[in-house]
Amino acid sequence: MWTWFYRLASPPYVYRVASAFTPWLLLTAGIAIAYGLIDGLAFAPPDYQQGDAFRIVYVHAPAAWLSLFAYTTMAVSGAIGLIWRIKMAHALSAAAAPIGASFTILALVTGSLWGRPMWGTYWAWDPRLTSELILLFLYFGVMSLRAAFEDPARGDRAAALLAIVGVVNVPIIHFSVQWWNSLHQGATVAKFGKPAMDASMLWPLLAMLLGFMLFFGAVLCMRLQGEVLNRERQASWVREAIKA
Amino acid sequence: MSVGALQAMSLVLRRELCLSFRRPDQLLQPLVFFLIVTTLFPLGLSPQLSLLRQMAPGVLWVAALLASLLSMDGLFKGDAEDGTLEQLALSGQSLAAIVIAKTIAHWFVSGAALVIMSPLVAVALGIPVTAFPTMLLSLSLGTLTLSWLGAIGAGLTVGLRRGSVLLSLIVLPLAMPLLIFGANATDRAIAGDSPEGAVYFLAALCVFTSSLAPLAATAALRITLE
Repeated sequence: MWTWFYRLASPPYVYRVASAFTPWLLLTAGIAIAYGLIDGLAFAPPDYQQGDAFRIVYVHAPAAWLSLFAYTTMAVSGAIGLIWRIKMAHALSAAAAPIGASFTILALVTGSLWGRPMWGTYWAWDPRLTSELILLFLYFGVMSLRAAFEDPARGDRAAALLAIVGVVNVPIIHFSVQWWNSLHQGATVAKFGKPAMDASMLWPLLAMLLGFMLFFGAVLCMRLQGEVLNRERQASWVREAIKA
Repeated sequence: MSVGALQAMSLVLRRELCLSFRRPDQLLQPLVFFLIVTTLFPLGLSPQLSLLRQMAPGVLWVAALLASLLSMDGLFKGDAEDGTLEQLALSGQSLAAIVIAKTIAHWFVSGAALVIMSPLVAVALGIPVTAFPTMLLSLSLGTLTLSWLGAIGAGLTVGLRRGSVLLSLIVLPLAMPLLIFGANATDRAIAGDSPEGAVYFLAALCVFTSSLAPLAATAALRITLE
């Protein structure tokens, strides 16, 4: 029953799985994002308060959500690597970090573009914004710590530990709008009961969310292939894989 | 002869304190840095007391953060370079106990020294005497928390040649909540409001890091030492 899990520790197997998944993930991500963008930007009704400016939510919310999801992925796979000493888990963790940092930057940039017409300012020192900025700094810390070690195995494990320590920030970001009186609007989708959004606006958002998840999976698989090839560059299977 | 964990901790603590008092220049440098940084603000912004009083809590906290980061780099470095740390790790004592003792010793010579110095700086920045108790309490809790966070960072970067910049990069984001609540507590005390909420938060952060950071720092040392 656990053989599939054990096989994930083998670099050639991981490389093959990642290569096989990449095109399918890219294709489905493209479909979901195309539907979400067209429906969200062209067909969803304008917000009664925010007008057409609310449409940036279709990029902003999925990006912000993915910034947390990528961090959790990085920390969990880092923890798996630390506990069971699986090298491929560290490779996955290393592959996820720059993607997560990019999503964080995207969330911060789209958020400030949204903030200008709605709040009258690009940036406010609000709990949600500040904790998201700290998340970006944590990504930078994890990435530079990994790069600072000459011995890659040691860098992997140090970065994994730092990623685990930084996990305390994830619930803070998620709940900051509830815990503090924030300028940022509260949860509209991810809450119990009926979402505070009409279905005509919600469907494109969910499609974008799914699309961003699939896109994250696709880029993760592509980066993972690069990581595996780079880490295993001495192995004979890599030479064969590149030739083929 | 077997040595208990508490005895080992007190031995390490005594050794650390003894070593730092034998090198008073290293002890004084962060304190002088603290003084100089806080002097920069009135010179760079405005010597007006009313304006300074508004900035004072932030200035005080930022300077304290930077000053204690300066000495953080040396927390494990000296012992790692001459092999003492490996001997301590192999001594059969729990490494966590040794990390706790070293961090507390570090707090005594950096954090507590900063707290003792802070009234001097506070007077120069125009903080009223009535706010001193809150300021001292919040700074004590804050610098202790910072020492714990710094122990994680120092453990992760101990084997690196240029680790000190990386150490700041790692520790400062984690220390940001500390700055928010610390400056807020002092700010409220200056304004005459009740600072309890922020102080409780600082105390909670202090308890949280005191209980979990030793484990994380020990794990970090095990990664970088082996």
